[in-house]
Amino acid sequence: MEAILKVGYFPGCSQTGTAREYDISLRKVVENLGASFDEVKDWSCCGATSAHVTNHKLASALAMRNVMLAEQQGLDDMVAPCAACYNRLVSSQYEMKKHPEVKQEVESVLETKFQKDIKVMNLIELFMKIGLEKITENRKEELKSLNVACYYGCLLVRPAEITKFDDAEQPTSMEKLVELTGAKTVDWNSKVECCGAAHSIARRDIVVELSKKIIDDAKRHGANVMVVACPMCHTNLDMRQTIMKRVFPEYKEFPVLYLTELLGLALGMDEKELGIDLHTVKFNYNELAAEKATV
Amino acid sequence: MSSHTHNHVHTIADDIKDKTFQDVSLCYQCGKCSAGCPVRYYMDVAPNKVVRLIQLGFYEEALKSTTPWLCAGCMTCSSRCPQEFDLAKFMDAVRETAIEKGVKVKDKDIITFHKAFLNQIKSFGRAYEVGLVAEYKLKTMHLFDDVDSSPGMLLKGKLKVLPHNIKDKESVKKIFKKTAKK
Repeated sequence: MEAILKVGYFPGCSQTGTAREYDISLRKVVENLGASFDEVKDWSCCGATSAHVTNHKLASALAMRNVMLAEQQGLDDMVAPCAACYNRLVSSQYEMKKHPEVKQEVESVLETKFQKDIKVMNLIELFMKIGLEKITENRKEELKSLNVACYYGCLLVRPAEITKFDDAEQPTSMEKLVELTGAKTVDWNSKVECCGAAHSIARRDIVVELSKKIIDDAKRHGANVMVVACPMCHTNLDMRQTIMKRVFPEYKEFPVLYLTELLGLALGMDEKELGIDLHTVKFNYNELAAEKATV
Repeated sequence: MSSHTHNHVHTIADDIKDKTFQDVSLCYQCGKCSAGCPVRYYMDVAPNKVVRLIQLGFYEEALKSTTPWLCAGCMTCSSRCPQEFDLAKFMDAVRETAIEKGVKVKDKDIITFHKAFLNQIKSFGRAYEVGLVAEYKLKTMHLFDDVDSSPGMLLKGKLKVLPHNIKDKESVKKIFKKTAKK
């Protein structure tokens, strides 16, 4: 019997609310693949966009409070499934490593001394750690009817010097994961274009325009679904389609899934179990497969 | 050259360097950042020109421009800059400086949003969307935005009626207190 792999988990605020289904599907998939989570106790907001655009000291300290808690809990690594949280955490760690004065400042605010170098992983790195072969071994369904546009957005890959992950302009790691489900991936141009991010509320006009461009490009390249790994991107690309439909009468809805939901489907779970029914744009694999077979 | 070497006046360019370790003199104005910027179209001054304004000491023009506020923080510029100047980080510092100097921001809804967001974190330790949206709407008087999506979000359990409170809220309040601007 193999020992169960334990991984630290920093959910981030969206996972408890607007991206509830991302949390649900992530936990189920991880368990199905034989790993388990050790959640960071009493974690707080990473500071998000609002902290780093207004106060750099606040931003570092809010992010590092969570790394401090992980260290106190004895974790060696943790996954931050929200690309925005992931980026805040790795950027703050980077700044502290590069500039001793930042480290000193953060340690004085948090009244702590950082001893360990905790590895903060994004969602794709988590599956690499669990082992990609586990997905193939546990696969129940081949998602042959899907042509997937893998969307990385900004914060998984940029800036390369800080994330040290994949390629900032032409990443391919998500495609490799998605292809393990039996789905095909499309070659397209907008995988690292910005969806408008935190402007979702104050400048919805920008978000709608940028997000629609990304969806249009995915459609143009023959995709029938998009896969994302960030709650903020999902809100913009899925929920904001309500406005796209209102502003552009000819606009056709396009399903956007979390990577974990797609993996869950391949592992034999259904849409409801994975929380896919919580999306704005409906998605049902069997219906889509049947529809595809008739055309 | 920064005015450091001439008369030791601490300029805004120096202040930006203190905040983010970004030296504006690195920029030779190739414009690659503005060419790849997804929100350039909405800005009043191109991103590379904001750097130029700071290089030349036109601080007021730079600080009152809409550009830093519209920057989405996507970091396309930062990852493509041939001089490894982190422009997204520079924009953070320009925004922070504009707030410190009390510069009147044209796109003030954006700053109202950020303040409302941080108020939720300060109070509860985590983001509380209902409180955030309520504060934002009252302050901007955009009362009817998103009335089409919010009821559905509540029903799906995506918006919580009550905030998530962390246990050690005091530790987060303390972070705000210790990093507050004087």
